[in-house]
Amino acid sequence: MAADLETIEKVRSIDVGEYKYGFVSDIESELAPKGLNEGIVRYISAKKNEPEWMTQWRLEAYRRWLTMVEPNWARVEHDAIDYQDLHYYSAPKKSPGPKSLDEVDPELLRTYAKLGIPLREQEVLAGVERPRVAVDAVFDSVSVATTFKAELAKVGVIFCPISEAVHTHPELVKKYLGSVVPVTDNFFATLNSAVFSDGSFVYIPPGVRCPMELSTYFRINEQKTGQFERTLIIADKGSYVSYLEGCTAPKRDENQLHAAVVELIAHDDAEIKYSTVQNWYQGDANGKGGICRFVTTRGDCRGAQSRISWTQVETGSAITWKYPSCILRGDGSRGEFYSIAISNGRQQVDSGTKMVHLGKNTTSRIISKGISAGHSQNTYRGLVSAHRKASGARNFTNCDSLLIGENCGAHTVPYMEAGNPSAQFEHEATTSKISDDQLFYCQARGLDAEEATALIVNGFVRDVLQQLPMEFAVEAQKLIAISLEGSVG
Amino acid sequence: MLKINNLHAEIDGKKILNGLTLEVRAGEVAAIMGPNGSGKSTLSYIIAGRPGYEVTAGEVLLNGQNLLEMEPNARAAAGVFLAFQYPLEIPGVATMTFLKAAMNAQARQRGEAESTTPDFIKKVRGAAKDLKIDQEMLKRPLNVGFSGGEKKRMEILQMALLAPKFAILDETDSGLDIDALRIVADGVNALRNRERGFLVITHYQRLLDYIRPDSVHVMARGEIVRSGGPTLALELEKSGYAAYSDEAA
Repeated sequence: MAADLETIEKVRSIDVGEYKYGFVSDIESELAPKGLNEGIVRYISAKKNEPEWMTQWRLEAYRRWLTMVEPNWARVEHDAIDYQDLHYYSAPKKSPGPKSLDEVDPELLRTYAKLGIPLREQEVLAGVERPRVAVDAVFDSVSVATTFKAELAKVGVIFCPISEAVHTHPELVKKYLGSVVPVTDNFFATLNSAVFSDGSFVYIPPGVRCPMELSTYFRINEQKTGQFERTLIIADKGSYVSYLEGCTAPKRDENQLHAAVVELIAHDDAEIKYSTVQNWYQGDANGKGGICRFVTTRGDCRGAQSRISWTQVETGSAITWKYPSCILRGDGSRGEFYSIAISNGRQQVDSGTKMVHLGKNTTSRIISKGISAGHSQNTYRGLVSAHRKASGARNFTNCDSLLIGENCGAHTVPYMEAGNPSAQFEHEATTSKISDDQLFYCQARGLDAEEATALIVNGFVRDVLQQLPMEFAVEAQKLIAISLEGSVG
Repeated sequence: MLKINNLHAEIDGKKILNGLTLEVRAGEVAAIMGPNGSGKSTLSYIIAGRPGYEVTAGEVLLNGQNLLEMEPNARAAAGVFLAFQYPLEIPGVATMTFLKAAMNAQARQRGEAESTTPDFIKKVRGAAKDLKIDQEMLKRPLNVGFSGGEKKRMEILQMALLAPKFAILDETDSGLDIDALRIVADGVNALRNRERGFLVITHYQRLLDYIRPDSVHVMARGEIVRSGGPTLALELEKSGYAAYSDEAA
């Protein structure tokens, strides 16, 4: 209840049409020369002081990438990306590897303060009501600070930049990196494998319930920089972790490329809850600029009775190409996908999920809420498949689309492949419009048009918002209201 | 209190109101009766500010303020309330949430303090009890899956909480059985006082047995064709609207 009102409050207090995170931080960066070749791949690897096996892994990916073509099946249109016109590495100069926050460029800390990210542990610890969230902050290509490391280490949880894990836990990285999203998986994932710069690494030991939310904030600052982060989360037997990523970027006239890879591995009886609140810059009213993201996110329910749950609130970016998926390998494993995808202005969203049932008695659940406004296009693309040995596979899918205005589009593209006769797949889909009568009804009770829209939209997405960790649900709700500003009237 | 002067309005080029003039004083309950298609609902929508109508002449004044120049939400904040003939469903929005959003939105526009949550809950529970609305219903999404009677009671609940200066009831009796009608009428009667004006729109005299009007007006072809006291309703009940219809019934 309070959250709805909070949303409305927020709509009132924020300047309409302004992307709040559009500032650029004046930080000296170390930039790789533009372009991509074996030399750049080696440069990145050398910058990270990586062992030879890691360099070779990257090079293999790069060589593979040269043989691949960019996929074009998604319902998105954009200018051809010139992969030679991008920087593949950018780091704030004082980094990499500050030992403590005192070594971090104060300008950078100010940037994070503007973003509302609690980097300073003591701040978080001091506030009685503030959520306890461990944060890993990634600025352009480099992880700049990870909080609460010591406390997490006490229970054996490893939470650090992946560039660090390569050195401190090579056995884990070697074993799991690329085991869910293979180097050869797809054009963008392969590119990421060659040039990924940083990201978060999480390992939860057997039987441990991670004592706090883990969170990563990604920020693209430098011009003409691609961001290629790589996240790897392993939940060992019987463990639990909840993880959240948040993303923002400055306003730039040109498109910025973002090609991330996220890999999750859940062993027997383990559970991973992965939430995303994404608000990259979406471009201006004419569709100029904005982040183009081609993201491969996949979870492997490797163990019996394991569980992976994706929740995403996608409001930003010019183009979103993202399908958080679950491979339900372990018997009795469960995959979930809860999504709110909002498109406004000239945004193009092509997002959904894949639930691949391989083990026996596996279950999956998909709840997708797409909201289109302005001149945007919003596509849900999903695949539910059951292998012939996946007896007793069950899926429930619900895809709802809400249209605001006359010039936007909503599309639903569900694929189903039942290879086993005992599979039970259910699919429900609706498309609706916020009716003028609904708006008038709310207005006749005292709400203005924007408040009324925010209220109706929040009602529409309620099922999904409830899946977010409490402290982020409020943030997400604000974001939803902000991203729909100017869509009515 | 409410003054409507020579109101002309049309929708999609079709004339609906033809120079309607009506005055309702503070504390008065005015009933508008008339055959289907006479423009009764249009009148209520135009007072509340529903988009789609074109007012070609005339004015609607609430205590001297021209409502026609205001946004619907500003009219609500100024004290206009419309109990809808067909209340809308708002999926996913709990009734409590909706009520609080509406009350706070009005308070903000009037520059008043928003009520605190405990106060608000107390008020809502009390009003719900009077209208025999189950507390559980307040947690359900507004009007979703509610019966016709439940929806109408919910309208009266909103009216009680928003405490408008002037309330319009648009065919609130339609679809109600006799018990529900009595509950709704009691709810309305409880809100009657010396300051508050009501416009009760109905097709049937039945509702006026429970909500006794001070004046009765007959509307036909977009204007008030006859006005009188409560007895006029009884007379209409006997003679029907034949005399006021385009087609002789």
